[in-house]
Amino acid sequence: MQLSEDRSATLSSKPKAYQLRLYVAGQTPKSILALRNLQQICEEHLQGRYEIEIIDLIENPQLARGDQILALPTLVRRLPEPIKKIIGDLSNTERVLVGLDLRERV
Amino acid sequence: MNRIKRLISDADVLPHPPHVPGGRELPKTPTGIRGLDEITRGGLPRGRPTLVCGGPGSGKTLLALTFLVNGAIRFDEPGVLMTFEENGEEIASDVASLGFDLPELIHAQKLSVDYVRVERSEIEETGEYDLEGLFVRLDYAIRTVSAKRVVLDTLESLFAGLKDDAVLRAELRRLFRWLKDKGVTAVITGERGDGLLTKQGLEEYVSDAVILLDHRVHDQVSTRRLRVVKYRGSHHGTNEYPFLIDATGISVLPVSSMALEHDAPLDRISAGIQRLDGMFGGKGYYRGSTVLVSGAAGTGKTSLAAHFLDAACRRGERCLCFLFEESPQQLIRNMRSIGIDLEPWVTAGLLRFHADRPSRYGLETHLATMHQVVADFQPTVVVLDPVTNLMTVGTFADVQAMLTRMIDHLKTENITALLTSLTPGQLEIERTENSISSLMDTWIVLANEDVGGHHRRGLYVLKSRGMAHSNELREFALTDQGLDIAANGGPSVSTSRTVKHDS
Repeated sequence: MQLSEDRSATLSSKPKAYQLRLYVAGQTPKSILALRNLQQICEEHLQGRYEIEIIDLIENPQLARGDQILALPTLVRRLPEPIKKIIGDLSNTERVLVGLDLRERV
Repeated sequence: MNRIKRLISDADVLPHPPHVPGGRELPKTPTGIRGLDEITRGGLPRGRPTLVCGGPGSGKTLLALTFLVNGAIRFDEPGVLMTFEENGEEIASDVASLGFDLPELIHAQKLSVDYVRVERSEIEETGEYDLEGLFVRLDYAIRTVSAKRVVLDTLESLFAGLKDDAVLRAELRRLFRWLKDKGVTAVITGERGDGLLTKQGLEEYVSDAVILLDHRVHDQVSTRRLRVVKYRGSHHGTNEYPFLIDATGISVLPVSSMALEHDAPLDRISAGIQRLDGMFGGKGYYRGSTVLVSGAAGTGKTSLAAHFLDAACRRGERCLCFLFEESPQQLIRNMRSIGIDLEPWVTAGLLRFHADRPSRYGLETHLATMHQVVADFQPTVVVLDPVTNLMTVGTFADVQAMLTRMIDHLKTENITALLTSLTPGQLEIERTENSISSLMDTWIVLANEDVGGHHRRGLYVLKSRGMAHSNELREFALTDQGLDIAANGGPSVSTSRTVKHDS
C-alpha cells in the first residue's frame, strides 16, 4: 500500500514543500494512530503544503535500509532538507512540531 | 630428585574432558576457529544466540566475523552481518588483511551486510514505538541469502541511539526469542561493563552461551584471553585460554589440545654426542620429538644444544635456533671455546639464528613470529634457548599454552625440537618445569655439584617416552673438544683436560 495522499491537489500540482514519508509495518494500532495524528497535525499546520507517502515494510522490507528505519512507526521529513526523523505514534503533538521544525525547541 | 619426579608424573596427565555419551550434547555449529571449537567441543549452540563480550579492542568483532566468513566459505552456511558500529566498507577493509573478501561473499549471495545507524540527535521521539523495523530488516537479510548464521555487532549501540530503555529491553528480549524461532545460530557482541559482562546486561537475555574476551597488559606486554563463561547443556573448557590475532586471523590455544594424533616416527636423530646417543639405546632422540634440557646457569645447556645443531648441519639438515638471551655472535664465540664452530653452517645457509628479546612483544606475537620464521626457513631441527626467558613475558599458564601450540605445530611438521630451560633454584624448578614438562618427550637434566672442593658436572635422562634409556647420573666435562660424557659408570675421560666454563 504505497500511496500518496494529496489533500490540496486542486490548488497546485507543483511539488509540495513538505514531503513526508511514514513507515509502518502492517495495520497495527500504533500505525493507524500515527497516521491519524499525522493527518491532523498536517491539516492544522501545513495545509496545502504537504504530501504524505506511506510505506508498509511488510510489503517492501527492502526499503527499510535506505532511510535507516529501525523503530516503527517512523516519520521521515524528506523535504525541506535536512532530513528529519520522528519516531513513535506521533501522539505528542508538541514533539512532532519540534521534529518538523515547525516550532522552536523549548 | 624424588620430589621433582613426583611433580612430573602429575603433570604428565593431560586434563581430559569429561566423557559424554554420544547424542547427549546439543547440536553445535562449528566456528572454524582453531581452538575455540575444541574448547566448546564442537562450536556454538546450533540455532541459538551466543553472547561474545569484551572490552574495546578485545577482538569481539573479529571473532564474530570469522564465524560468519568460515560459515559462508567452509560450512556452506550463509550469514548476515548486522553492524551498528562501522559501515560495510570499513569492515570489509578491516578484514581484507586477513584474506576475507567480503564484497566477493556478498556478490556470491553468501553474506548480507546491513549497516544500522542510529543517531539520537537526529531522532525525535513522539509517543509509543517498537523496533519492528529492525526485525523487518534482519528478516529480509536472512531471507535474501538463506542465512544460517547471524552476527549483531554491537547491539548495545541501540541504547545510545534511543531514549526509551524500557522499550529497548522489551524489544531485545523479543529479538533473542525471535532469533531462536528463526533457528539461526547468532553471535551478539557486547561491550564489557562495570561489574557486568556487558554494559546493558545483555547476558540476562542470552541463556545459552556466553564467551568473554579479555585483553590484558602485563608488564607492558599484551595477552589476549578467552573464557567460556556459560554454555548451557554442554561441557566446555572453563579455563582462560590465550588467543592470538595474527595475519591469519584468530586462534585460541587450548592447553589440553596437545594434538595426540601426530604420527610417531620411529626414525632416530643423533643428539650430536656419541655417549649421549648411547644413553638412548645408542640411537639418540626420536625424530619429531621434543627434548627439554634443563639445568642451572652454567651447567652446559647451550653446549648440548650446539652439539645437536652441529651434528644436524653436518648431515645437511636445516636448523633454526631461536635465541632469547644471547646474540648469535655471542653464542658462536662461546661455542668456539668448546671446539664447536657454527659459523660455517650459517654461511652455508643451513643454520639460521633468530634472536629476540622476550620482552619485545607479547607471547602471541612471539608465537606468530616463530610460526612465520619456521614456515620461511623449513627447518628439520629447531632449538629454543632458553625457553624459560619467555616466562618473563607472561604467566606460566600463558607460556605453557604458547609452547603447547608451538610444539604442536613442530610435531605436525615432524621437526625435532630442543628446548633449554634455566632453573635458577629449587622452587623455580617446580613452577617452570612443571608447566612444560608434560609437553616433552625427552627430558635431560644437567646438574652441578661440588664434591670435595671439585666442581663436577652431571647429566641424566629424567624421562624419554617410548624408548629404553639410561637412568644413570653421568659425569661430563666441557672441554675444548666439546661436551665429554664419562664412559659408563666411570669418571669423565677428560678430567685431565682443560675444563672450560660455559656461560
